[in-house]
Amino acid sequence: MKDDDGTGEGVSRRTFLKTSGVPLAAAPVLLRTRVVRAAGDGVEIHGPGKASFTLNVNGRPRPVEVEPRVTLLEALRHDLDTTGAKRVCDRGTCGACTVLLDGKPVYACSILAIQARGRKVTTVESLAGEGALHPLQQAFVDHDGQQCGFCTPGFVVACKALLDKHPDPTPDDIRRGLGGNLCRCGTYVGVHAAVLQAAKGGHRG
Amino acid sequence: MRAFEYASPTTKEQAVELLTKSPGEAAVLAGGTDLLALMKDDVIAPRRVVDIGGLEELRGIRLEGGRGLRLGALATFEELLDHAEVKKSYPALWTAVEGVTSPQVRNVGTVGGDLCQRPRCWYYRSGLGLLAQDGGRSLVTDGDNRYHAILGGGPAYFVSPSSLGPALVALGATVRVFGPKGARSLPVEAFFRTPKASGERENALAAGEIVTEVQVPVPAGPNATYEVREREALDWPLATASVALKMGGSTVQSARVVLGHVAPVPWLSAEAAAALAGKAVTEATAQAAGDAAVKAAKPLSGNGYKVQLARVAVKRAVLAAAGGGAR
Amino acid sequence: MAEYKWPEAGKRTLIGTRISRLDGPDKVSGRAKYTYDVSRPGLLFGKIVRSPYAHSKVVSVDTSAAEAMPGVKAVLVIQGPGTEVQWAGDEIVALAAVDEPTAEDAARAVKVQYEKLPHVVDDYDVKAAGAAAKPMAEQTQGEPDKAFAEAEVVSEGEYGSTVMTHCCLEAHGAISEWENDKSLLVHISTQNVSGIAGQMAGPLGIPAGDIRVKMDHIGGGFGSKFGPDRWTIVAAQLSKKAGGKPVKIMLERDAEQTIAGTRPSAYGRVKLGAKKDGTLTAWHSETWGSGGIGGGGRVPLPYVLEIPHRRSLHTAVATNVGSSRAWRAPNHPQACVLTMGAFEDLAAKLQRDPYDLLMQNIAMTGVRSSIYKEELEVANDLMGWKKSWHPRGDKTAGPVKRGLGLAIHTWGGRGHDSAGDLTLQPDGSVELKMGTQDLGTGTRTAITIVVADTLGLPMEAVRLRIGDTLYPPSGGSGGSTTIGGVSAASRRGSLDLLDQLFAKVAPALGVEPGALEAVGGRVRVKGDPGQSLSWAEAAGKLGGIPLTVRGTNPGPGDLINSGVGGVQMADVSVDVETGRVRVNKLVAVQDCGLVISLKTAESQCYGALIMGISYALYEERVMDPISGRMLNPNMEFYKLAGLADIGELVVRMMTGKGYDERGVIGLGEPPVISPGASISNAVANAIGVRVPQIPLTPRRVLSALEGRRA
Repeated sequence: MKDDDGTGEGVSRRTFLKTSGVPLAAAPVLLRTRVVRAAGDGVEIHGPGKASFTLNVNGRPRPVEVEPRVTLLEALRHDLDTTGAKRVCDRGTCGACTVLLDGKPVYACSILAIQARGRKVTTVESLAGEGALHPLQQAFVDHDGQQCGFCTPGFVVACKALLDKHPDPTPDDIRRGLGGNLCRCGTYVGVHAAVLQAAKGGHRG
Repeated sequence: MRAFEYASPTTKEQAVELLTKSPGEAAVLAGGTDLLALMKDDVIAPRRVVDIGGLEELRGIRLEGGRGLRLGALATFEELLDHAEVKKSYPALWTAVEGVTSPQVRNVGTVGGDLCQRPRCWYYRSGLGLLAQDGGRSLVTDGDNRYHAILGGGPAYFVSPSSLGPALVALGATVRVFGPKGARSLPVEAFFRTPKASGERENALAAGEIVTEVQVPVPAGPNATYEVREREALDWPLATASVALKMGGSTVQSARVVLGHVAPVPWLSAEAAAALAGKAVTEATAQAAGDAAVKAAKPLSGNGYKVQLARVAVKRAVLAAAGGGAR
Repeated sequence: MAEYKWPEAGKRTLIGTRISRLDGPDKVSGRAKYTYDVSRPGLLFGKIVRSPYAHSKVVSVDTSAAEAMPGVKAVLVIQGPGTEVQWAGDEIVALAAVDEPTAEDAARAVKVQYEKLPHVVDDYDVKAAGAAAKPMAEQTQGEPDKAFAEAEVVSEGEYGSTVMTHCCLEAHGAISEWENDKSLLVHISTQNVSGIAGQMAGPLGIPAGDIRVKMDHIGGGFGSKFGPDRWTIVAAQLSKKAGGKPVKIMLERDAEQTIAGTRPSAYGRVKLGAKKDGTLTAWHSETWGSGGIGGGGRVPLPYVLEIPHRRSLHTAVATNVGSSRAWRAPNHPQACVLTMGAFEDLAAKLQRDPYDLLMQNIAMTGVRSSIYKEELEVANDLMGWKKSWHPRGDKTAGPVKRGLGLAIHTWGGRGHDSAGDLTLQPDGSVELKMGTQDLGTGTRTAITIVVADTLGLPMEAVRLRIGDTLYPPSGGSGGSTTIGGVSAASRRGSLDLLDQLFAKVAPALGVEPGALEAVGGRVRVKGDPGQSLSWAEAAGKLGGIPLTVRGTNPGPGDLINSGVGGVQMADVSVDVETGRVRVNKLVAVQDCGLVISLKTAESQCYGALIMGISYALYEERVMDPISGRMLNPNMEFYKLAGLADIGELVVRMMTGKGYDERGVIGLGEPPVISPGASISNAVANAIGVRVPQIPLTPRRVLSALEGRRA
């Protein structure tokens, strides 16, 4: 097949033809990954068509086939049916898409899925155990830290990250730790109380 | 977002070659917060995206004894926030970092990305270019310019969005870049530029160049940043000031006063510095520095208030540096 | 025959208590499925090509390139050549493709040519609006001219509220699919599950009964999601073109901000006349504002205070922007800003504490004056108003000035029509099906509380199904009408169910049905609790056939009511050097009759205060005068308050004797009305000058302070 974006730089071009992973009956999908030589080394170039790679989501390897332009958020939601994280502003402002990447909170709308290869992605779905909510989630329920609930998964993940880093957060820690999440219904009183309940010592205030 | 091809090199040499030999426009991806938004808004449409996140040599914050602080281009805001020495000796820098109240941004936002991020000007983000002109007419001057420049404007009126820029300029930092012709260093104030014609960029990077690190010398004395933001939630400052003082006893020997978010570049104010030189820091001298800093301000139809904000930011930063003012 | 009333205070087991919302666990764990999360087999993604111009005529539309793209399954021209388009963001072409990136690429490949036409987007400059500004009929009561001539004190000022958006976090949208050529399944983010099919039937040319509408959870509506909107009709049309495959169209954030709902602006110059002793006598207002191309923007003035002599003039400005929609308590927040701002300025002119002045004029609040009086007293205690209030202008040193402000508001909130089928199975299980929806207000929780409390069962024993047109219809959730509608219908249904159950059980216990009661999971003889059957045993007497009864609202008995009053007080700090306002404390005292679900009711109030702080300080739609486009159709410069921006919030629900007897009244709207006015008044009290418009940004505050200096 024709390589129509010829850069003239490639020395070991490969074009993979693979059968799409999950639906067995699916037609073969053209997966565009090739290797070019840059500064004496071979470097993989993916896309612009679909690339095949594996994400580590909530401790499980999850193969995906998406174009490089697909964000981690869209891969989670569309390709892996992990819909807890929401797309709201889609520009890294509101926090509804918050997930943990290697344990740190990030906006999944502002990271490419392909960037997350080799890193641990943790979503809100992983917090609750079998039949029991995580204590932080329970605190959200107890203090009604949700109304419509659309911002809630992002808030829960952001609060989890805050408490992981600051088990007994100061007001400044909270201000700096939750400034990246917005709620429209106005649940901040409940969220704040939930954080304090779930904090070390579970104090209220 | 339009389709693009993606590469994730592991050395800066690879990165530069991938950038320069791209089949079309190439873009550097570090944290991604800005680049992805630009692509989603179709402001830019690179054919190739080069993810430099794997360049280990660009990571980290290092204290280098008498040479000060070395910030890798991939050092994150969160790393800066957590760095005890940055907080202690470089409060101007630390406060600018602390103003970014979103950990999601701080975890991926990098030093290099902060310097290279594109302006937030809403005309630029609508695809109208940095000068925001339509047939020679400035949409900024005739349109809604509440967040635009009061200093150094014309024909470009966007404000530099860099959070660290003002503090780095105040602290006399240099930026190191690497490109097809090798490495070079330049003062941070020379890195930022005001485009004068369409097609010109707002920084000094040549094609294929990437920022690799920033060197911040040991501060000559007290330093501080004061930011005016509307909200505690993640928000762009309306005006900021970073101040670095060199004291001789109780008087200011020399000062560097830099305003942020009021000009297309971090605005180094010689007038404010002059107002402080040889004076003890008092409410009055701080006020005088603020007045001097905005003396040349030329507000547009809707941003006159920013003159006052810049003035008070300078005053409060000076007082904070001298230990006399609240945050 | 059941007696249709609420249980007395001592007999309520669940009603009025703090119960955690039932869908909380689903929401905190990411399990709750919103329309936006729904995926269907063979799902196609729809995208819409929108007009970039505020006013234009479509000259040509070329969709050939898009149609030729692999993966594009349907293309539909919505507004073809010759159509006049009245705002930027309006729908021109829609298409559906196999995935979102493909749909985006295809949308970019559509070529539309426009002829630009002149536009008006500035809703403030009435003169510049020219013919787009139309005076409306004058509203006059009494003899305002005479009253002003006789007034001993007259205060004048300008007040206003700019346009803001709903900014629902879940954008508007739906997934439509044809199950065969005749029937349509629609998953939609809506406040009006039962009302959607009827609005889609006409445009699609099929009977409403052939349209099934479903929704589990909704990510915010606030008044903007009552209709299917053009894009949902279009999704159904695209689905048909694509052989019935499901087509999902959810608005992008910029479209959501641009076209899916705004609150109209209202600006005005107000003159208020009074006697020297403070008695209000005369009102004169000249207002203007815009709700979009239809003009509008008129709000009820004066608000709450029935000033005897009054005249209101209004000019409606037609603007080329996406139309306004009902925004939580439509028109009231703007009316409150205009009226309570003028009232506060009059108090300042009279050198009176507005608290005292309001108390003095409290009779002008009409039928609820005694409630307002009591609420003012409670608010005074909670805020420490009388202790900390100072005359206008904080005279203390330093740049940070503090001030207090107050406002009052009213709302109706009578329950809407609602029906639910309550079924008792022979095994004792209980299920209620009702075509209502839970906007996050706690509707699920409240309904379950009513049924469980009435049947003497625990919450877990009641299974509730909502959000589906297969269930009996229930009104749209707007105007604080849901709680009254669903709680009354649920109560009536539950009482009727007990009636019928008791009739079956009575013989077994050897008493008349009227001698029975359902308490603590048992059916027992009143006054002789030893004589009882467990709930399951009682259900066993049904004879193996389930028992279904329908509860409705309206219906017999006075279970609901209308009309509430609320008082709010704000304590703010203003940095007069930066113009930045911070709310230190906001007190809300609110009545709403009988409270069903106390925890979620309080959440409504907290949420309303936060939303109020957000619109009082930050939120503002910015239009570009040149292009006519919205400049901040995002969440970066359309600013919502964050968690650290809100200060201390104090909510006091007026419940108990004197309140509960009125029955259930809605609560969603009232507490969001006063924050703009109370915060604006507090700022005026702090800095000594009126900032004429909300939001109270540094720009506006500094400009008002400049004006004073000038």
